[in-house]
Amino acid sequence: MTALIEARHLTKVFGEGFFRRSNPLVALDDLSLTIEEAPPAITTIVGESGSGKTTFARLILGLTTPTHGQVCYRGVDLRQLDRNQRRQFLREVQVIFQDPYEVYNPFYRVDHVLQEAISNFGLAKTKAQGQNLIVEALVSVGLRPEETLGRYPHQLSGGQRQRVMVARALLLRPRLIIADEPVSMIDASLRATVIDSLKALNRQFGISLIYITHDLTTAYQMSENIVVLYRGAVAEVGDVEWVVKKPEHPYTRLLIGSIPQPDPKHPWERKEKLSDTTGNGRLERQGCHFADRCPNVMPMCRQKPPPLYQTAPHRATACYLYRDSPAAASEKLNDVFAPPR
Amino acid sequence: MNSNILQVRDLRVIYYTRQGALRAVNDISFDLQVGERLGLVGESGSGKSTTAQALMRLIKPPGKIESGQVLLNDLSLLGLSDERMRQVRLAEIALVSQGAMNSLNPVARVRGQIEDALRDHGVKLNRRERAEWIGELLQRVGLPQTAADMYPHELSGGMKQRVCIAIAICLKPKVIIADEPTSALDVVVQRQVMETLETLRAELGASVILIGHDMGLMAQTVARVGVMYAGDLVEMGGVEDLFSEPLHPYTRLLMASLPSLEQKEAARGIPGLAPSLLNRPEGCPFHPRCPEALDRCLVVEPKLQTVRPNRSVACHLHGALSAAREAS
Ligand SMILES: Nc1ncnc2c1ncn2[C@@H]1O[C@H](COP(=O)(O)OP(=O)(O)OP(=O)(O)O)[C@@H](O)[C@H]1O
Ligand SMILES: Nc1ncnc2c1ncn2[C@@H]1O[C@H](COP(=O)(O)OP(=O)(O)OP(=O)(O)O)[C@@H](O)[C@H]1O
Ligand SMILES: [Mg+2]
Ligand SMILES: [Mg+2]
Repeated sequence: MTALIEARHLTKVFGEGFFRRSNPLVALDDLSLTIEEAPPAITTIVGESGSGKTTFARLILGLTTPTHGQVCYRGVDLRQLDRNQRRQFLREVQVIFQDPYEVYNPFYRVDHVLQEAISNFGLAKTKAQGQNLIVEALVSVGLRPEETLGRYPHQLSGGQRQRVMVARALLLRPRLIIADEPVSMIDASLRATVIDSLKALNRQFGISLIYITHDLTTAYQMSENIVVLYRGAVAEVGDVEWVVKKPEHPYTRLLIGSIPQPDPKHPWERKEKLSDTTGNGRLERQGCHFADRCPNVMPMCRQKPPPLYQTAPHRATACYLYRDSPAAASEKLNDVFAPPR
Repeated sequence: MNSNILQVRDLRVIYYTRQGALRAVNDISFDLQVGERLGLVGESGSGKSTTAQALMRLIKPPGKIESGQVLLNDLSLLGLSDERMRQVRLAEIALVSQGAMNSLNPVARVRGQIEDALRDHGVKLNRRERAEWIGELLQRVGLPQTAADMYPHELSGGMKQRVCIAIAICLKPKVIIADEPTSALDVVVQRQVMETLETLRAELGASVILIGHDMGLMAQTVARVGVMYAGDLVEMGGVEDLFSEPLHPYTRLLMASLPSLEQKEAARGIPGLAPSLLNRPEGCPFHPRCPEALDRCLVVEPKLQTVRPNRSVACHLHGALSAAREAS
């Protein structure tokens, strides 16, 4: 069976051959991931800001073209889809964008976003039926339809806007939803509600999800498998239970150690050296990207980037600390994933 | 001199929408002490950003500050002329607004954006002085000097957010309001940004109001927290006190909905929708969702009351309890 989406050796380099940037930036480095049609899976991609998460989403959606590698939809390269295939792709693969400020046209009321989805994809036979679908979708993300419809985007709060985007994705019932930080602006109780509605979609309608976030707690709540990116490269991948509870890569450990605990009596772990990570634009890495910040750095780390080592049946880590384990057999991250529970 | 740098009294903001008057901020009062770090949390749509904009007098039509008072060091902000307010903004009280990092001008370099802010406020510096000051600002927020010549799209989220903070502090304000400054950032960068903000607060002797929804971040960074619900300030207290014993049922449920890394499915949302701000329910705005609502909660709106030193809550359960205690 052909996969719904197959990303092969996906690589994106920004600024190559560009006159402005002196050294190009590898935003995503050789990522291979498959989303099967069934069973529906929830996969999380986490990583710090600038690690390439949104770039990955944009590549999968065909909004930007890979520098190397390709994305196939039902076996056809995104660049070669014919009109019908393209239409089907647009319906079957939906995105919830990270930034609810950018996606709206400020001159249309939010109704427009939802109605457009309904009419573009013929989701309803009558206007009333369409309206019912809209109301249902809004309520399932905790919004009051009467107070949301008829408004312009700037008349909604940040979290309300974000939830309208989730409602839109719910409406379309696609095969795959790519959700790029869909809950970053909403509080814990609503977050639980929105995450529940996304999970319900997955269970009831068999919709797969790629959940992109920097928040490991919701990642843990949400998904079965997780991919940790660091500067465009996979640092650690596998069963979320293991990765979150027993992180192996020093970067994953740093991430988990930095989660602010909702308990004033447990202050953040003592300041590690928080070097300025956000530096942009480096290419041709000599060794591991994390070497400069890594507490466990060894000379070999600076020579060659570490491969993924298969440290357990359902996890792999790109770190020389685990060099006694065999290298992962395939570059396909799915081969490491735990089967859906 | 008063130890409060900011005093907010009965602030009310209404948006006059097509469907009617929407009460986004409903008679809230609080103080901010010199050098204090105050957190403001609450459900999405509860009026946090509106409060911040009202303090800055940045509410735009159809919104309007209906009533109330905002005293900045005894200067009544709501009474100032627009021109005078423009001078106070940024120089005395500055806002890093929600989503600010997405509204940086995409076609201007960081240097230009900071220069604009300075020029807008009539700061007269010569070229060299300006370059020096911009260099210092960048250094203060932990950005490399080279960032000055970059465009927003060349910066990561964390860097952009720090540019916004640099703009906010460019005139050394006494009060810094940061509206969800780190929601879009990962935990490591989040922590760097918060540490940057904290260092600045200490160095400038400023006070900070941090708006957010992340209880973890609040626990780690502020000294006192106010909880908003449906435009009301429903609870306020020292961070340790409030976290160890949330009094308002909303706060309690909010705490219970925090996701954990230990157990899947442990977190639950609060059932029901936030109330309509167009037709506020009678009585307590939380009563339709409150598991502990009493009869009087349906009719009488509870007022924020001090229940013990540095601790107040707007809830009849506590009114009733303290009344009962007094009686016995
Ligand atoms: N159009 C572009 N031109 C140049 N560089 C870009 C462009 N888009 C992204 N980048 C760079 O690519 C890297 C990866 O960016 P990306 O947006 O994918 O990160 P992210 O993981 O989504 O981060 P965040 O958590 O901040 O959203 C960043 O360093 C970014 O500055
Ligand atoms: N310009 C406007 N016109 C009409 N209503 C508005 C306007 N701006 C905000 N509102 C409404 O006022 C209420 C409070 O909004 P506000 O942005 O203050 O919420 P918030 O607490 O900051 O929420 P979030 O956490 O989602 O950012 C919301 O119900 C919102 O829909
Ligand atoms: Mg992103
Ligand atoms: Mg807000």
